[in-house]
Amino acid sequence: MFPPIPNPTTQATPAKFGEADLIRRSASNITPAAKRQTEVAKLIDVSKCIGCKACQVACLEWNDLREEVGVNVGLYENPHDLTPNTWTLMRYTEYENPESGNLEWLIRKDGCMHCADPGCLKACPAPGAIVQYSNGIVDFVKANCIGCGYCVKGCPFNIPRISKVDHKAYKCTLCSDRVAVGQGPACQKACPTQAIVFGTKDEMKKWADKRIADLKSRGFKNAGLYDPPGVSGTHVMYVLQHADKPQIYAGLANNPTISPIVELWKGLTKYAGLTAIGAFAAFGLLHHIVSGPNRVSDEDEKNAKRLAQGRS
Amino acid sequence: MNMELSRRSFMKGASAGLAGTTLGSLGFGEIEAAHAASIRPFKLARTKEARSSCPYCAVCCGMLVFSAENKAGKLEVTHIEGDADNPVNRGTLCPKGAGALDYIRAKTRVKNPMYRKPGSNRFEQVTWDFAMERIAKLMKEDRDANFIDKNKDGVTVNRWPTMAFLSGSSCTNETGWITWKVARGLGMLQIENQARI
Amino acid sequence: MTNNWTDIKNADVVWIMGGNAAEAHPCGFKWVTEAKAERGAKLMVVDPRFTRSAAVSDHYAPIRAGSDIAFLSGVINYLLTNDKIQREYVKNYTNISYIVKEGFGFNEGLFTGYDESKRTYDRSSWEYEIGPDGFAVRDETLAHPRCVYQLMKKHYAQYTPETVERVSGTPKDKFLKVCEMAASTATGDRSMTIMYALGWTQHSHGAQNIRSAAMIQLLLGNIGVPGGGINALRGHANVQGITDIGTLTASLPGYLAMPTDSEPTLESHLGKRTFKPLQANQTSYWQNYRKFYVSFLKSLYGEKATKENEFGYQWMPKLDVAYDVLRMFEVMHQGKTTGLLCQGFNPLMSVAYKAKTVAALSKLKFLVSMDPIETDTVRFWENHGEFNDVDPSKIQTEVFMLPVTSFVEEDGSFTNSSRNIQWKWKAADPYGESRRDIEILADLYLRLKKLYEKDGGKGAEPFLAVDWNYKDPTHPSSEEVLKELNGKALVDLKDAEGKVTRAAGSQLASFGEMRDDGSTDGVQWIYTGIYGPNGNMAQRRDNSDPSGMNVYGSWGFCWPANRRILYNRASADPQGKPWSDAKKYVYWNGERWTGADVPDFVPTIPPERGTGPFIMNPEGVSRLFARGFMADGPLPVHYEPFESPVTNPLFPKVRGNPVARVFKGDMEVFGSAKDFPIVGTTYRLVEHFHYWTKSVHMNAVAQPEFFVEISEQLAKEKGIRPGQMVRVWSNRGQVKGKAVVTKRLVPLKIDGKTVHQVGLPLNFGFIGETKKASPVNSLTPAVGDANAQTPEFKAFLVDIEPIPGPVA
Repeated sequence: MFPPIPNPTTQATPAKFGEADLIRRSASNITPAAKRQTEVAKLIDVSKCIGCKACQVACLEWNDLREEVGVNVGLYENPHDLTPNTWTLMRYTEYENPESGNLEWLIRKDGCMHCADPGCLKACPAPGAIVQYSNGIVDFVKANCIGCGYCVKGCPFNIPRISKVDHKAYKCTLCSDRVAVGQGPACQKACPTQAIVFGTKDEMKKWADKRIADLKSRGFKNAGLYDPPGVSGTHVMYVLQHADKPQIYAGLANNPTISPIVELWKGLTKYAGLTAIGAFAAFGLLHHIVSGPNRVSDEDEKNAKRLAQGRS
Repeated sequence: MNMELSRRSFMKGASAGLAGTTLGSLGFGEIEAAHAASIRPFKLARTKEARSSCPYCAVCCGMLVFSAENKAGKLEVTHIEGDADNPVNRGTLCPKGAGALDYIRAKTRVKNPMYRKPGSNRFEQVTWDFAMERIAKLMKEDRDANFIDKNKDGVTVNRWPTMAFLSGSSCTNETGWITWKVARGLGMLQIENQARI
Repeated sequence: MTNNWTDIKNADVVWIMGGNAAEAHPCGFKWVTEAKAERGAKLMVVDPRFTRSAAVSDHYAPIRAGSDIAFLSGVINYLLTNDKIQREYVKNYTNISYIVKEGFGFNEGLFTGYDESKRTYDRSSWEYEIGPDGFAVRDETLAHPRCVYQLMKKHYAQYTPETVERVSGTPKDKFLKVCEMAASTATGDRSMTIMYALGWTQHSHGAQNIRSAAMIQLLLGNIGVPGGGINALRGHANVQGITDIGTLTASLPGYLAMPTDSEPTLESHLGKRTFKPLQANQTSYWQNYRKFYVSFLKSLYGEKATKENEFGYQWMPKLDVAYDVLRMFEVMHQGKTTGLLCQGFNPLMSVAYKAKTVAALSKLKFLVSMDPIETDTVRFWENHGEFNDVDPSKIQTEVFMLPVTSFVEEDGSFTNSSRNIQWKWKAADPYGESRRDIEILADLYLRLKKLYEKDGGKGAEPFLAVDWNYKDPTHPSSEEVLKELNGKALVDLKDAEGKVTRAAGSQLASFGEMRDDGSTDGVQWIYTGIYGPNGNMAQRRDNSDPSGMNVYGSWGFCWPANRRILYNRASADPQGKPWSDAKKYVYWNGERWTGADVPDFVPTIPPERGTGPFIMNPEGVSRLFARGFMADGPLPVHYEPFESPVTNPLFPKVRGNPVARVFKGDMEVFGSAKDFPIVGTTYRLVEHFHYWTKSVHMNAVAQPEFFVEISEQLAKEKGIRPGQMVRVWSNRGQVKGKAVVTKRLVPLKIDGKTVHQVGLPLNFGFIGETKKASPVNSLTPAVGDANAQTPEFKAFLVDIEPIPGPVA
């Protein structure tokens, strides 16, 4: 058993990290502090997951979110997708293993991966709406969010969702408020079988090694850790029985990368002499690519394209 | 920043190429000052904590129940999570336990004694005194009519065959004994709990 | 549970059957995943569906609902024929060598003594041969044709792997793998735990399902050892405690019995139950029954209970027949019940055959619901369209809905499935006008007392005799009541030399101090020690584990006497040595029994005396052959469910358990395979707790609507698309829900015939936040187990069809 994190205190406790620990800030230039926090990570061991949805409920409860009561559409998934209130979701796959002939019920907890190289943050045009701390947490700052939806398109995992109520983007915070006082995220604490554990990224990798060895001893020869290099690794990692086939886990990206357009946008924001018009032009292009042409006027599109091309 | 600035108008304003627009003039300068306010204050600070036990299944997971005074000065639960000290659940909870807050606050929580008259299609609110007095009266009337002190062979049997009690298995042991004592004391035989089914 | 939640970590093999621990007990199930991860344990799951438990298993085998005994008997046959039994354990700790008396027999599915007209057995032939010394006769060579070993070999021979496949539908290779994994623990250095729940109890032969499993564990030497046991995963938070307290028709606290009409005096009741040993030097602990009974009566009637008045025995109600839930609703349906009090109970949802339940409730003069939330039952008179189609104007029942505090709004103790009694502290003020159950009942008691004192009335004397000695009679505190359960000395207790061992008024430290002369009281002997001289042990929160065996002996208090594993003396061999270092637990150290746990044994009795580890039994050993203690036979037999897709392939003349509880009217509405060819089975979902969390918003979000699980093959056959509404009906009613088409259910071949099974989650009704639905008990038959009278919710017959309309 991974040692449980001691119970929380009700005494006011100073946060262990904060704005001094930012390493990235959307559409802004910042100078990260020289001293870095130890990187944290959540490890989700799919082979131990029973799909009970304790994580989903604990997430709603801790974050004071409430979702609408939906319907059954012939599946175990409820709600049917991530939403502005549902920041984590169990996804169920019935997989007939062609090698063993056995049925496997693969249940993956979906949610923000807290990428080391976060596509959402890079795509975000609103200064300070998305931030990244040196401990690896990628967090949304509601007050700064303009609801443009670029984070959704910039995310290689299709995670953020825009609220129809307040037009802000929402996703898992890795319970930054809990981590700030030395607790693990609410989902991790609740998880009945320790399919979710939380600690430093190094500890999590070591713990994953042990789990992978156990899975290999049970015949899962391709068991492995999902910590995709295309986004420079993540702070939410999976242990998969079939790490050679991430896509069988309800479409987990095989090799997630940030869209080149987002990379372009990122390049532009770094350009010191950037004018607003240039920046907007670039994300006009970005918008065009990721959202489809029908959502901006032709004029917008033409202008954006011309300006962006001029820059590049 | 202009909080009303919608995604659409924001896009239009920018990519239509309005001359001389800078980030500052769009109001972003203000946000720079409100740097990285993403981390919520820890909500358990200064709450009251009690050790409890999950009311659902017989794993009896240890729970930490956090509460605070509401406006009426009543202690009200604000959050529940697992008790990491409990050797069985080690701080974990299942989706039922993790959602127990919404049970305490359920829309169908019964707030006041309610009474439905014979043939009526609704409940009406009554006082505790009315409800308890009426129940006691109904019980005594029936017990007076149907209590059996001796069976046909003359054996003392002291039973009340026409009253039934379904005893709850989510009640405490202490409630269980008071239930037993009152029900059997009155001579009931029809006493059952969820263990049967 | 003979063992406990954390002990599961000590298992080498975990066998889940008749339950779905991952679904119903996720946080207890963590000890399964821990055993796997930390010890390399293997998990096997046998279930009609590939369940959430199966999702993390090493081996899964499908089975037809209701055919568990055929499967388990097949395992017993495998163990016997392949000699995969732990011989020393079995010879010394079970009755395998006992000789059954002449005249016992089994023929065409029936044991000797059956009376078809009464649907009962005369069990007198199911007994041991008794020798001239008054003890049961044994044959240590196991060669005697009437010894239990030989009887078992004969009884089980027909349950071959082929027969198991034919009856249960489990492919032979998958069945054999279960046998092999189980057999790997017959060695003394490995152990297997069996975890079950209502998947085994809710059958007309439920108790024998569990006996079969217990027999397997005895043959493998897995009872009383760490990582072993036969572990009932109990449902409600305090269903163990409420069972212990005995709010069951025939029960007293601590598994003492209600008096019956045939026991007119205290002595006639006690005489029958003070079992004398059947072997030399055995403990036969029930010899102390009278001490517990008299102490109980002293608690119930206080000073009014005297030796002269049989300690108040005559005031106690006597049972004419047992009123289990099925009979309770039968009697109510006949219009013979005036009032019903429902305390945290929702019978409209939880009792079989909903149409009958509604009709029965409608005949009540009054119904009282004491519950924190509204139940479907308390609104049984309300029209909810097709989900509860009644006419309120025609229902004359007076209904009271009383608000009760929720679990956080009161303190008190719960006893978990591991028999561990733990205290919970009040965390919040009562919601609205809600009151504790205890206050409501105290109020009722005091009002009635006043009425009887003022007006008198029938039965005034026995009622007024009840002791009600609380500091505040209107608000008995939980601490006071727990002390009452524990018991105290009423006078100075002295030992043989006249030395005072317990002063008058002191709480008792153990049930060993209880006496039968009225000098002690105590409601619940098995709990004695919970609130002894050292205070409230349920509040103990020391989670240290000095032995490293996951015992946690200082956390709360475990009944009896804080023992965490029952029969733990069996973890050592007859000489008192652990069977292996790996399973070292309780052993003889040359002077006394000691080890990781409190010995479930007199600690000073040396091994040489040959006292058996099963101290409650007069034999001192466990029973592979149950004697007359089971209503339906001393050995389990495969009987079909009362509604079955096939005639019993083994005993075609017998329909269902020959002594199952069934009333005439209920028998008349059984369906046949001709009209209802599909097997239905009900179960709960992890997102919900029974009929309770449909009122809890976050749980309604996680699983919002009733659905029906069907195989891809059945979907194809019936033209059902995923997410489409389907209608499922039995001979008693119908339900409608969304189709979940899954690979996790497959049709099985039973006796040459393809049999489909459909899964029906039970958590949905017409009150709460989930989508309205008809309760699944609209479908289920009102037939109960022969011993426990638990209804057969797990196997019955239905048919299914798609409902035309848009999908999802």
